[in-house]
Order: sequence, then structure tokens, then C-alpha cells
Amino acid sequence: MTQLALIIDLNVCVGCSACVTSCKEWNTSGSAGPLVDLNPYGADPSGTFFNRVQTFEIGSYPNTQTVHFPKSCLHCEEPPCVPVCPTGASYKRPEDGIVLVDYDKCIGCKYCSWACPYGVRELDEDRRVMTKCTLCVDRIYDETLPAAERKPACVLACPTNARLFGDVHDPESEVSHLIREQGGYTLMPEWGTRPANHYLPPRRTTHRIQPDQLVRADNPLKKERQLPMPALDEPALDDVTSW
Amino acid sequence: MHPAFSVIFLTTLIGAGQGLFLALYTSELYAALGLLPAQDDPVYFGIGALLALVLLAGGLLASFFHLGHPERAWRSAARWRTSWLSREVIALPAFMGAVTVYGALHFFGWNPVIAVLGGGTAFHLTAAVGAVGVVLCLTLFLCTGMIYACLRFLQEWASPLTVINFLLLGTASGFTLATAFAAWTGRGLTRFFGGWALILLALAFLARVSSLIRNARLRHKSTLQSAIGVRHSRIRQISQGAMGGSFNTREFFHGRPARLVTTAQWVFLLLVFAVPAALLGVGLTRGGAGWLAAAFLVQYAGLVVERWVFFAQAQHPQNLYYQAA
Repeated sequence: MTQLALIIDLNVCVGCSACVTSCKEWNTSGSAGPLVDLNPYGADPSGTFFNRVQTFEIGSYPNTQTVHFPKSCLHCEEPPCVPVCPTGASYKRPEDGIVLVDYDKCIGCKYCSWACPYGVRELDEDRRVMTKCTLCVDRIYDETLPAAERKPACVLACPTNARLFGDVHDPESEVSHLIREQGGYTLMPEWGTRPANHYLPPRRTTHRIQPDQLVRADNPLKKERQLPMPALDEPALDDVTSW
Repeated sequence: MHPAFSVIFLTTLIGAGQGLFLALYTSELYAALGLLPAQDDPVYFGIGALLALVLLAGGLLASFFHLGHPERAWRSAARWRTSWLSREVIALPAFMGAVTVYGALHFFGWNPVIAVLGGGTAFHLTAAVGAVGVVLCLTLFLCTGMIYACLRFLQEWASPLTVINFLLLGTASGFTLATAFAAWTGRGLTRFFGGWALILLALAFLARVSSLIRNARLRHKSTLQSAIGVRHSRIRQISQGAMGGSFNTREFFHGRPARLVTTAQWVFLLLVFAVPAALLGVGLTRGGAGWLAAAFLVQYAGLVVERWVFFAQAQHPQNLYYQAA
């Protein structure tokens, strides 16, 4: 069993939205037709996006941390949006676990979007069908592209490598290693949807310094204390001071 | 959730149509068992079934306005194994077919006796067709309710009370309409239907108030913490990834002040239950189809408000991601 998925490292994401624009660029140029942009240069722009970067502030000033949070379809292993579809337009591919919408079968009833707790499906106002992240299914299997480019557009665009793509069912894949070793987690685990996409938690960078790392406790020349010991903020010089 | 008028009219209109059919069939069954005088006026059943059919067709028509591609609506019968919406799409036309056959058999008088029980109780063909109609009618109520009740993370809806409310409110409004219809056609069934309408209204009141209390006490399982996976008691959204709103902000918010929802809740309690009960009481004691027709019209307007509140009160967990622009 293969389950393709994205791994998003919140520790690295800087919120530049390069993944959003590159996703839109690739998918609006595809054979399924453009993703609508309503009033793009007006005061109230709106449109279809498969991927959006949200920003949250954790804590209260001055002890705050900003978390940029890219959100797209999680390609759940138990997708609640699929069984509710009355036409079978929404489906999960058995061969690689990608959840897709057949735009020619979709009647635009929006029921699947009600059934998704994550709000990652968007009705295209122009085409009047439900749209969502395809994991760039028209790109990752395209053998006319160099092997290194057979990845979703958002992954290729990310300048900080915050987005990784791979098979989360293969225990030796890079993404599986990251999930195991860096505490990869899923969103809203309480609903049992088993999202395939995982997030790596934002981490505080810390370096613990012990007092004996500041003082040479094991000076082999036994020179400690024999020469003047300047204060910590003054320069220390070999053979002149005794640190 | 954003209350869509297409769905509001679909559920209220077919509810009233289903209730009216159940009322017609109840009177036929009571008459067959000798509990009511014989009901053999073909016009009464014919026009009654036609009225129910008009309501059902109105609901069906309203539902098309909900679709992005109405011309593909026929596809929606495909996934009846998994989707309650698909099951409703099958149950509604099937029920409409049963009502059509039931009304036509009565109207054209093709109604032979098909069975005689001991004691001389005769069952006509329409009793059998009507029984099929009742099964389809209850199936349709179940499907309509389960469309909402099966979405487990929409906790306001994920309750058996949702199905019970659709059933009782639809049936109550149908019996109220039947009361007015009986008074208008002068069949002497006014008190029979009126009594049932009041009983169903009382039951519907209990069930709907139970669901209001349940929803007021509800604790949502999902939090912003579980939504983004950060364990901190103070999280504030500062960007939702779109400046001017998106499908997510339009489809899952009612976009009205919270006070309006509370007000609408009291309005529908008044219009669906209190006022029609009073009008039914006046109409039944003093006679007059006008009072009873007013009871149905007020109740229907109330049901539209009730369905609006049903949608507006539901808090979709995706709203956790859309708290601030």
C-alpha cells in the first residue's frame, strides 16, 4: 500500500506563501481548467486556492511565537468527504491514496465540504464544481519531467524545504523517518480521519550551558588561579590570565 | 453553517407534503377499521394527494437551486450504498410516485377490495399502495435527517434528535395542513386531524426544545489547539491566508450577529408551536377554515425560521481556522 502525503515542517516555514502561488500557477494551467479569481485587483478579492498559509500567534506579548501554518487537503486515510458524495465524484485512489474529485461527475452540491472538518475543499465559483488539492497528480507521474521535478509544485517552490513529499506507508521513506524522529502529528486526531499529511512541530532552539563549561575544570597544566583571573566580560589571554 | 434557502425550502416543503400524505392515509386506515365514518370521496383523496405532490415537487424544485450543475443531478442516485444524500435522491421520487399512484387510484376509482379480514374489515387496493407510501415516507424522513445527523463532527446535528425533529415537525405541519384541507372540503375530519396535529405539535415541541437545550450545553471536541496541533492555552489567529474572504468564510458562517440567531430561535418557537396551537384551538372550537389555514401558513413561516436557526446554530470545526483575517 502506498499513501502519498506532504510533511510540513512548521519549525522551518517562514510564511512566504511561495507554495500558495506556485500551487495556483500549476493548477490553474492544468487541463481541468483555470482556478477562478474573482475581483483580483479590487478591494474584496476572492478565488479558488488549493493551499493557503495561515498565521497564528502563540502566547501573549512579549512571550510570543509566530507559527505559519500551510493548510491543504490532508488526503485522509479515512476520508469523511468521500462516502457522503452522492455521485461518486469524490474518491480516494487505492493505488496511492490521493483523494480526488472527478470534475465531470461533480454536481456542486457542496455536501463533501460540509463533511470535511478541515475546510480544505473549495467550490470553484466559476466552474461550479468542488475543487481541492490533487497532490499535483498530473505532475508527479509525468515521465516527460526530470525525476527530481516529479513532485508537487508547492514542494518544489518551498525555499526553506518546509514541505516534503513521500510515501508515509513506507517505513524507510524520508517522510516516515521525519514523522518518527521529529514528532510528526496529524490535525484534529479526535475525529479518526487519519490524515496522511503530517506536521512537524515548531521547536524552540535552545542550548543548555553548564557552569563547568565556562570554567576549565580539568586544566592539565594546573595553571588555574596562578595568574590573575579577569571578570567574565573581560578578555582572557593564554599565559597572561588564568582561565 | 450558512443557511441556504434552497435547502430550507426543500426540507420544509417535503416535510409538510409527507405529513399531509400520512394524514390522508391515517384517515383511510381509521375508516377501514371502522373508527371513522367511511371515506369514499375520490375528490378528497385525489385533491389531497395532489396537494401533497405539489409540496413535494416544490421541495424537489428548490433543491435544484442548491446545485452547481443541476443538469447532472441524475448522477446523484449512484452512491446509495454510502451516502444518505444519494438515498434521499432515490427516496423522494419513489415516494412522489407512490403518492401519485395513491391519489390516482382514489380519484379514478380503481379501488377494488383486495382483502377482507375476519369481522368484515375490508381493505382496498389503496390501503396497500398507501402502506408502501408510508414506508417510503418514513424512509425519506430518515434520509433527510441522516444527511445532517451523519456528519459526526458537526456536533449540533450529530444526534438522533435531528431525525426525530425532521419527522415530527414535518408530520405536525402536514397534519395542520390536513386540518385546514378537511375544513375546506367539509369532510367532517377536521377534529380528527386537528387533534392529531395538536398531539404531534406537542411531541415536536418537546423534541425541538430538547435539541435546543442539548446544543446550548454542547462542548465542542475540536479546539484551535487540536486544529493546528499546538498545545498552548493562548493562540490568536492573525492571518487566514485570504484577504477578502473565501469559500470557507462564505459557506460555513451565517454572517449575522449572534443576537439575531437567539431572536430567531424565540421567533420560531412562537411561530411553529404557540401561535398555530392557538389558531388550531380557535379554528376547532369555533369552526372556520380561515383560522386553520392561517395556522398552517404561520407554522410554515415558522418552520422556515426554524430551519434557518438549525443551520445557523451549527458550528463547523473548520471555522476554527477562520477566526480572524
